Amino acid sequence: MSAPAKAPSGAAVDMEPVIGLEVHVELSTQSKMFCGCRNEFGAPPNTHVCPVCLGMPGTLPVINRRAVEFLCKAGFALECAVAPFSKFDRKNYFYPDMPKNYQISQYDMPLTTGGRVALASGKTVRLNRIHLEEDTGKNIHAGGHMTASEATLIDYNRAGVPLMEIVSEPDIASPEQAEEYLMALRDVLLYIGVSDVKMHEGSLRCDANVSIRPAGTTELGTKTEIKNMNSFKSVVAALEFEIDRQRACVASGERIVQETRGWDEVRGMTYSMRSKEQAHDYRYFPDPDLPPLSLDEATLARWRGELPELPAQRRERFVTQFGLPEYDAGVLTQSRADADYFEEAAAASGDPKQASNWLMGDVRKSLEAHGLTLSTTKMTPVALGELIAMVRAGAITGKAAKEVCEALVAGGGDPKAIVAERGLAQVSDEGAIAAIVDKVIAAQGESVAAYKAGKTKALDFIVGQVMRESRGRANVDVVKRLLAERLG
Amino acid sequence: MQTGHEIHDAVVRRERSAEEATKAALEAIGRVEPSLHAYITLLPERALAKARDVDARIGRGEQVGALAGVPTAVKDIFCLKGELTTCGSKILANFKPPFSSTVVERLDAADAIIVGKTNMDEFAMGSSCENSAFFPTHNPWDLEGVPGGSSGGSASTVGARSVPYGLGTDTGGSIREPASFCNIVGVKPTYGRVSRYGMIAFASSLDQAGPMTADVRDAADLLEAIAGFDPMDSTSVDVPVPHYASALRDDLKGVKVGIVGEFEESIAVDPKMAKLYKDAYADLGALGASFVDVSLPHAKYGLATYYLIAPAECSSNLARYDGTRYGARVDGAADVYAMFDKTRTAGFGAEVKRRIILGTYALCSGYYDAYYVRAQKVRTLMKQDFDAAFAACDVIACPAVSCAPFELGAKSQDPVAMYLMDYFTIPMSLAGIPALSVPAGYVDALPVGLQLCAPAFEEARMLSVAHAYEQSSRHAAKREPVVS
Repeated sequence: MSAPAKAPSGAAVDMEPVIGLEVHVELSTQSKMFCGCRNEFGAPPNTHVCPVCLGMPGTLPVINRRAVEFLCKAGFALECAVAPFSKFDRKNYFYPDMPKNYQISQYDMPLTTGGRVALASGKTVRLNRIHLEEDTGKNIHAGGHMTASEATLIDYNRAGVPLMEIVSEPDIASPEQAEEYLMALRDVLLYIGVSDVKMHEGSLRCDANVSIRPAGTTELGTKTEIKNMNSFKSVVAALEFEIDRQRACVASGERIVQETRGWDEVRGMTYSMRSKEQAHDYRYFPDPDLPPLSLDEATLARWRGELPELPAQRRERFVTQFGLPEYDAGVLTQSRADADYFEEAAAASGDPKQASNWLMGDVRKSLEAHGLTLSTTKMTPVALGELIAMVRAGAITGKAAKEVCEALVAGGGDPKAIVAERGLAQVSDEGAIAAIVDKVIAAQGESVAAYKAGKTKALDFIVGQVMRESRGRANVDVVKRLLAERLG
Repeated sequence: MQTGHEIHDAVVRRERSAEEATKAALEAIGRVEPSLHAYITLLPERALAKARDVDARIGRGEQVGALAGVPTAVKDIFCLKGELTTCGSKILANFKPPFSSTVVERLDAADAIIVGKTNMDEFAMGSSCENSAFFPTHNPWDLEGVPGGSSGGSASTVGARSVPYGLGTDTGGSIREPASFCNIVGVKPTYGRVSRYGMIAFASSLDQAGPMTADVRDAADLLEAIAGFDPMDSTSVDVPVPHYASALRDDLKGVKVGIVGEFEESIAVDPKMAKLYKDAYADLGALGASFVDVSLPHAKYGLATYYLIAPAECSSNLARYDGTRYGARVDGAADVYAMFDKTRTAGFGAEVKRRIILGTYALCSGYYDAYYVRAQKVRTLMKQDFDAAFAACDVIACPAVSCAPFELGAKSQDPVAMYLMDYFTIPMSLAGIPALSVPAGYVDALPVGLQLCAPAFEEARMLSVAHAYEQSSRHAAKREPVVS
């Protein structure tokens, strides 16, 4: 990616941005929205297709109840009002990746309305609605860019994949908040297991509505809609560019035009795609192939009851129940799998705070060094817990534990076996330690002299030398006591 | 020709093989096809293979299906796996679906013998079969006359007594009008009674498949075989399918027949037609029926309502024919939208284009509420009209058509005159209730049908009344078609 082109500067400083996001999330159901084809990313082109999702003549859609369940669960998790009665509509427009040349979506009776997303910073972004629809296929322009290619190939594997569109209110005040919102949304959806939320695989896609207005006012300015942002980073970059562009427009006395703009990742700028006048008339009307969807109270109650503890609640519980710092609790609850790992390790260790410290510190460093994550390492949470318990019990030193941890992260196994195998058990025998202490005192005359001359820090060095000589196994308390006795 | 039930009985009693019955049907078709042009595709090999399979199973003493051995003509709107399915359109002239419609699967499962795919108005839009992209079909009772439409091919071949079973579809009268024109029985079931899966959509909220047969008993048997809930069609309804044949009766004692004032006023403008229907009602009375006057005050808005809803749905349903995935494509376009334009311009006929444009307009933002939404409200009022009428009567008897078969070309340049052909059939379609046409005599030696309709899912009641009338009047049997 080249350096973003800078929009003309000189923008009025007192114009504040107003941002609303439309986020499309593919639901991770087994099958597609309206047919039995598998819903799987990355399969060879056109292998997960059937007459229904290819829009063959005479075929009819049948609603995937699981997709409805997933969307309702997302709705409950985001505090939306879930509608017991909704319907599906056809959104009509011609595009070759859309087999029927209409998309089955929900227009005026979405499955959920309202709701809110709590950001890590404490801000709340209100939701307008979440509705259910089907995804389109993918056009692949042979030979690269659309304008230069000789042929367009179409992969319909994605056509008909269940998609929920989450529409926020214009509550987002900066590009950073937009990113925070997306992260919070991602965390919740991952937690409840309704989507894998991978932006690079297209299972989370985002459009933004952006306008600016004099700071402190409430009236909304003319908005533009930004499309084609394919990472959290590009959302931030596109919003920054677009806000600057609009500020410059206003500063130079120009009028902002209501239009759809694309984000050009390579050039780092937004460009006009179509104006309001060229906007599609989607000719929405109720899909006559699908009777209205009604959900009984018992089903909705069951789905609500099946929701797991959500990240915000879990973060809060980690702080109150385990006494973790807010920051650590936030990191550990980012993914449901990581939080589960922590809870298991904490239980096995008998010291949740230590478990958190290890996960935030040495484990993290080791994982990074080996290019692993908590879900790919062979170290089980129980093994980590046992290791921590061994430190607590004085069976090994903290330093030796680091070595064991490193071995566990890299290759898994039983911490006790590793300690035994490598001879890392802590030595507390006074006689053995005294021999090493005497040897070090004899060898480190200079440091001993410095210490005796009042340089208390020299003692740390001498302790370190003793530990080194013992290969980290010596009980440090015993070492310190013996040194104190000898050096007065 | 024998009826379907006669052939079936003979086949299962081993008095006649399914193969013989099939060969006889194919021969009969071959004899008259140069005059009628009822078929887009004939399937002699498929038919004979199926017939031999049925015979082999009967020979082994195995159970066979309820329609075993009966030659059946299927409208070319039903997908048939691996065989041409054109829907009467150039845009699907080369289309061989990789799957079969539920109705075709049920016919196969019932061991009916599918002999071919019949001609139709393109995408079922028309009342004369002249909108077929390939050729017009002729009426076996008047070779200069149209067979009606859109299910004209099935009506023509059954009317010529080549086969006893035809399968049609009815959106605003496309089974009942051609049945009337070709002197056969045609049944439009309750919306949701028969699966629409694999039946190429024209107007989804109105389309319904149904039998077009030699007699009422055949219609009962064929309907029973194809009816019932289908998990592939969310608009099909899970209501048990009765054994229709056992409900058929021979008198009408205790039956209250509703006569629609508004319809009688309309038909009165043609004294010959009016007399035919008066006679038909008198026949019902002679069988023991009593009469009540009923009113359908919103029926006069039927055409206007239908010509908003049906085109609106068709404009969306037919959007998929763009040359990208299947069917015809016009190559050499500069970009994909030009390809869509060229393909659709070359692939669709004038009537289809007219309705796509009408429907697109009706759905545009700004017009949607005034047209589509309002039309749906009228539809509700029409349902209420029928509810009120059926509170007073068991069935309604009324004209199926406003005239006997007209000559080819007589109305093809005047779309509105053609649309008016559906005047008596559209209200039942909009209300979703079952209706049928049964032969009721002749006007100037040309056949005319009586329409009977009943409340939703009361096909048995409707067929029962039709059967009593048919058995006592025997209009169709009184004359022979021009070709047979």
